[in-house]
Amino acid sequence: MTSNVITFPRARAWWPALTRDPMMLTGLVLLVVLIGLSLLAPVITWHDPASLTPRLRLKPVSAEYWLGTDSLGRDLFSRVLYGGRLSITLAVLVSVISVCAGLLLGLLAGYFRRLDAVVMRIIDGIMAIPGLLLAIAMVALGGASIPTMVTAIAIPEIPRVARLVRSVVLSVREEPYVEASLGMGTATWRVLWRHVLPSTINPLVVQATFICASAILIEAVLGFLGLGFPPEIPSLGSIISEGRPFFQRAPWIILFPGIFLALLILSVNLFGDALRDRLDPRMARLRKG
Amino acid sequence: MSSTPILEIRDLNVSLPGAGDRRYAAEGISLTVSAREIVCIVGESGSGKSVTASAVMGLLPKNVLRLESGQILLSGRDITHATNTELRELRGDRMAMIFQEPMTALNPLMQVGDQVAEIFQFHGPSLSRREVDARVLALLTDMRLPSPETLRHAYPHQLSGGQRQRVMIAMALAMEPALIIADEPTTALDVTSQAQVLRLLHGLRERHDTGILFITHDFDVVAEIADRVIVMQQGRIVEAGTAAEVLANPQHPYTRKLIDAVPKGQFGAGAPLAEADPVISVENLGMRFVTSSLFKAKRREVLALDGVSLSLARGETLGIVGESGSGKTTLGRCLAHFARPTSGRIVMNGEDVSRLSRAAWRQWCKRIQMVFQDPYRSFNPRLTIEATLAEGPMNYGEDRARVQARMRDMLALVSIDASALKRYPHEFSGGQRQRISIARALMMEPEILIADEAVSALDVSVQAQILDLLEHIREQLNLSMIFITHDLRVAARLCHRIAVMQRGRVMEIGPAEQIFTRPGSGYTQELLAAIPGKDGLGSRPVAGLALAGA
Repeated sequence: MTSNVITFPRARAWWPALTRDPMMLTGLVLLVVLIGLSLLAPVITWHDPASLTPRLRLKPVSAEYWLGTDSLGRDLFSRVLYGGRLSITLAVLVSVISVCAGLLLGLLAGYFRRLDAVVMRIIDGIMAIPGLLLAIAMVALGGASIPTMVTAIAIPEIPRVARLVRSVVLSVREEPYVEASLGMGTATWRVLWRHVLPSTINPLVVQATFICASAILIEAVLGFLGLGFPPEIPSLGSIISEGRPFFQRAPWIILFPGIFLALLILSVNLFGDALRDRLDPRMARLRKG
Repeated sequence: MSSTPILEIRDLNVSLPGAGDRRYAAEGISLTVSAREIVCIVGESGSGKSVTASAVMGLLPKNVLRLESGQILLSGRDITHATNTELRELRGDRMAMIFQEPMTALNPLMQVGDQVAEIFQFHGPSLSRREVDARVLALLTDMRLPSPETLRHAYPHQLSGGQRQRVMIAMALAMEPALIIADEPTTALDVTSQAQVLRLLHGLRERHDTGILFITHDFDVVAEIADRVIVMQQGRIVEAGTAAEVLANPQHPYTRKLIDAVPKGQFGAGAPLAEADPVISVENLGMRFVTSSLFKAKRREVLALDGVSLSLARGETLGIVGESGSGKTTLGRCLAHFARPTSGRIVMNGEDVSRLSRAAWRQWCKRIQMVFQDPYRSFNPRLTIEATLAEGPMNYGEDRARVQARMRDMLALVSIDASALKRYPHEFSGGQRQRISIARALMMEPEILIADEAVSALDVSVQAQILDLLEHIREQLNLSMIFITHDLRVAARLCHRIAVMQRGRVMEIGPAEQIFTRPGSGYTQELLAAIPGKDGLGSRPVAGLALAGA
């Protein structure tokens, strides 16, 4: 319509705009391919990732073993894909849990000013715990199961989400339209649901992608340190760790999972970055035109 | 007048991006500003007046607006395609800009004296620290700022709006630039500060050779200071001439429309109604804020409301007039239950409602509805007009079909087409949104409508329409209305009675006509005197002219 009327990005307008952005498209395509490969691992691969064939240990890339084999003669291709599947599952669970918890805390702290001090001090307390250390401690205590791992990685992410949500809520609750709604007798929970919550969605989606990336990385680090899942469950970190002594003889054991890990994180970050550029209203105004 | 004009714009075209309804933000603009001359560009929002100013300063938003053709000459030198480095040298030194909102244009973390000094340090690095200090002090004194010696060490938030704007002007004047561009410099100010700033700018001409390009939407301001006027509409110049000519004898219909839309201080509402049956009354209302700071041991108490008493009759429009900080908005917010007064009573139907909990207030809030100041922010951008309008009635469990019917009625009442229901707020102009905002308030079937600066964000011609609409609605629905404004002229037009507030107190309350013709308090007289455009308009009775003279 016009240039002097402020326009707001609307949910419906996302999709076509997203795909026009080359950076976002690259991230998105890469992400879809990697996720597709990982989730379809049982269908695509024809070797059990855990089956040992000592006679075929440290074999290079071949038609039978696409990415070669590791020191115990296991198929690296299926191990990497299964490892990726584990990473992605974990990442999604972590971001869902930390976003939900952070959203709740952030809404409470931001909207109900009396709760703010209490909630934010709890958040500060959580922030004081080094993430990796907490994960190591929890895995040491509770063993490496998916629930423990998810909790261990999710908890340190909660403060970031809560602070983000709180800051959005703090500014939205002062908007005249929130006041207008309250003035018409709208119940508090409805105001939160209708007027406040939707404004937090865009930044949260962006934050969730970054949490995914960091969860994948932390899981890999834990696996590499030998604190992740038991050796029979392939994870990108543990594959790399196990391949370390053989790097000179069989570099592919480290290279392929490493490349997969890097691509996975890169694509998530690319996607998240482009999403932020798109959804951040300030960015949107800069590129409007 | 001297030979070369300070600023000459020749056939300037600035193109808008994309496929809008207009190709140019500014089209075929030619104008000159000579030394010791104030040229006003007048126009409503979207007329391209600010774009023209930004083009001169080289401040057009990159990748959005493009200077397509034309020439800009500053003292004869072509600066149309000056590089950023060249522009940086020119800005502040040869040309300077004064912005609308001095609070955001000043650095909040720097003492104002240092901010003025910065200009000298950049453009005149040879000056010693002591010389700079002396010049800063001289400038601030020149701006008639009170006690400049202490004021220079103040931070922007410690100054009033008018003082901040004068600091901005001091910065603009620091290097005695040939050209000053003032973009709505008084729009954000109170009348009294506005009068000071205008007087100051006017006086500059006498002492400096500066030419001033003054952008405004307010014809009263034009009448006050302009030598020449340029009227812009939709990116084009529609009329140009000396101020006296244009104001007394406007040629273009658009100019006539703008001048006619200026509230001229007629009293629209007539005599006040009998106060037998107040729909709401306020008794001795007080609102105290206590400021506390981590580093300051001393707590400061601010009385936003200090013993305010008034009542509103059925069918009456009560104007609450005051400058910023007078407590008029706080009063409105207390009435609408957005704020809780610290003392006093608000009585409706014989019951004190001032301290009801939010749950208990729900019974009452249908009766008092508010129309907000900012039509852009008072709608949730994510909801359709339908969802916004229906929200209130649905809260009270009203029948969907009835709500639907009433939405159509109310939209018709505010002259908005029913197709608006399916659209989003950003698809409407400010005036349309304010109409919808009124419809939203009416959806609750209120008895009292509180309009807090409901027209101050709008262009004059739109302003006039909204005022007419409010009056029409009040009559038709027999509403009572509290109209909060800083603009005496607007209040005169709409209100039966006017209460003048200062520092949380009602200084004077009475029939609109009496306030204007026989103001009782000194403060009211001050406010009336500060209304711009009283003189210098020849025979045309604009603004408070007829009144103040009576």
